[in-house]
Amino acid sequence: MDLLVNFIVIMLGAATPLIFAAIGELVAEKSGVLNLGVEGMMLMGAVAAFAVTLTTGSPLLGLLAAMAAMTAMALIFGVLTLSLLANQVATGLALTIFGIGLSSFVGQGFVGKPVQAVAAVDLGWLTQLPVVGRVLFGQNPLVYLALAVVAAVAWFLYRTRAGLILRAVGESHHAAHAIGYPVIAIRYGAVAFGGAMAGLGGAYLSLAYTPMWVENMTAGRGWIALALVVFATWRPWRVVAGAWLFGGVTILQLHAQGAGVAVPSQLMSMLPYVATIVVLVLISRDETRIRMNAPASIGKPFHPER
Amino acid sequence: MRLKLEARSHTPQAVVYLTPVLAALLTALAGALLFAALGYPPLEALHAFFVQPLSTANGLAEIGVKATPLVLIAIGLSIGFRGNVWNIGAEGQLVMGAVAGGAVALAFYEVEGWWLLPLMTLAGALGGMAYGAIPALLKTRFNASEILTSLMLTYVGVLFLSYLVHGPLMDPQGFSFPQSRLFHDDALLPTLGYTRLHLGAAVALFVVLAGWFVMARTLIGFQIKVIGLTPAAGGYAGFSQKRVVWLSFLVSGGLAGMAGLFEVAGPIGQLTPSISPGYGFTAIIVAFLGRLHPVGILLAGLLMALSYLGGETAQIELGLPLAMTGVFQGMLLFFLLGADVFTRYRLRIGSPKAAVAAAKAAPKPAEEGA
Repeated sequence: MDLLVNFIVIMLGAATPLIFAAIGELVAEKSGVLNLGVEGMMLMGAVAAFAVTLTTGSPLLGLLAAMAAMTAMALIFGVLTLSLLANQVATGLALTIFGIGLSSFVGQGFVGKPVQAVAAVDLGWLTQLPVVGRVLFGQNPLVYLALAVVAAVAWFLYRTRAGLILRAVGESHHAAHAIGYPVIAIRYGAVAFGGAMAGLGGAYLSLAYTPMWVENMTAGRGWIALALVVFATWRPWRVVAGAWLFGGVTILQLHAQGAGVAVPSQLMSMLPYVATIVVLVLISRDETRIRMNAPASIGKPFHPER
Repeated sequence: MRLKLEARSHTPQAVVYLTPVLAALLTALAGALLFAALGYPPLEALHAFFVQPLSTANGLAEIGVKATPLVLIAIGLSIGFRGNVWNIGAEGQLVMGAVAGGAVALAFYEVEGWWLLPLMTLAGALGGMAYGAIPALLKTRFNASEILTSLMLTYVGVLFLSYLVHGPLMDPQGFSFPQSRLFHDDALLPTLGYTRLHLGAAVALFVVLAGWFVMARTLIGFQIKVIGLTPAAGGYAGFSQKRVVWLSFLVSGGLAGMAGLFEVAGPIGQLTPSISPGYGFTAIIVAFLGRLHPVGILLAGLLMALSYLGGETAQIELGLPLAMTGVFQGMLLFFLLGADVFTRYRLRIGSPKAAVAAAKAAPKPAEEGA
């Protein structure tokens, strides 16, 4: 039983950065913007949160700094793709390459330093409850925050007028423009939200998951988050299901290594990446399902005169 | 007054060729500001980065060494990018090419012969090709995004290399260091004089020519361009999109694999856990900076090679961190993509009303002709 509880607790933790990054990207994609810079923004978020927390001693400031800085990074992407109509795939890649370089540049003074981590909540007797206590009441606050963000996004997209407009912009920007909605402004907002969430996902890695800074510490999680959005067929709660699945795979792999399974560690480490490919293939093979669910205007630049 | 973008009906050639130059200048400017902000003397840093490496013969040779993989890979990628096929996993294909070619070198460790290098090169190209075939298959057969699958495979490939040099291919006399035996002389590329500039550079130049020929003079090159510009038109003309996906991945995978083999059979001389400082990713920048044109890619590859070398020089001379190279490369791509807007749109200053008035006031073409 203890083993199971441990498993679930660690799985929820491993899934959290993916949930943050994927839910942010989901909103951006729902508005019709494909931002491939998630990996770079997560890395920058991780180093920004770490640096600010280390210098100010406040993890809260660190989290806010990561969100603010990554909103700014996402706005660079916005200026290039939305105002200057650059290719979204290429610009997203540029953002990732830039983020990898800049984060290791900024972070080199911080390698190996200890930081005040965001601690797990402790609700006294509630957390002491057998089995459910740690799973429900003993998580890191960011784990709850991630789920709250998903709930808020699901509510926003499908229960509010503003959410309906955002989806309309993603489906047909020309129609939305003709009705009089500010397509570009709405997309700026969605991209900025995506950046802030990617920043939070990165901050969770460097402040809670493994409270330290290591170069390239996201190890492809930004890309896995992108795959998760497809896996979830652009539905918020399915992102959570997918992230838990990946969290589970990650933990299984770590446990197998710990238990001394006679498979070389490098081959075990391939598991999350291979799983991503397999899942992506399983979901994408049904072409009509993807076409029904994917925002119709995704990746297409919008210029009102064309 | 406000700024407005107006679609161009046609793009002057000068704009196409000047935007990369503009982007490079803006990058240098932004770099200087960044150096100053960090407390390094900006001019000295720029000098160390972009001028000093060019001042010695050895420096020039090193630029050739670093440009070789970049140009090889970027030529392959540019073919796909023109057809809207996004191979982001060239780094993985490079690694798998190095593994396949390197395995051949190690298999014939005690055999000598002129045929060994060609065989290794073939194995390297086939290795990269086979690895590139996976995303192509997943895309054409299962509709899976080639961007994500090719990228995931890069992580898998790097881990596979790490497994090999920690296990089956580890040097038996290497005191458990994670690296293979050193390749013997017949498995190493001939070099120019005392420099590290190797035969691969000549191959890269040949590939530039071949790439130009294929894209400009053959039907398949034309098909790729049509499908990239308007997939629907390509469909009506009977051009197969799937064929373009396959071709793009096989060519770019093969060239990346060859580049990987040239690295291990050239400057490195053995299999080690990290055989590339991200050439596969930087080649994406090279392809765009070179305007997806073979000659442009050659020039862009040389510039990017300079940024690698400059990063090393600046680290030695001024103690600047090596990661600066990545920052420069990312900035360059940003500025390029931003400057690119001028190839498709014209900047118009003034209110919409003024623009309409100007259009009315201008003489109509028919009157002009009369």
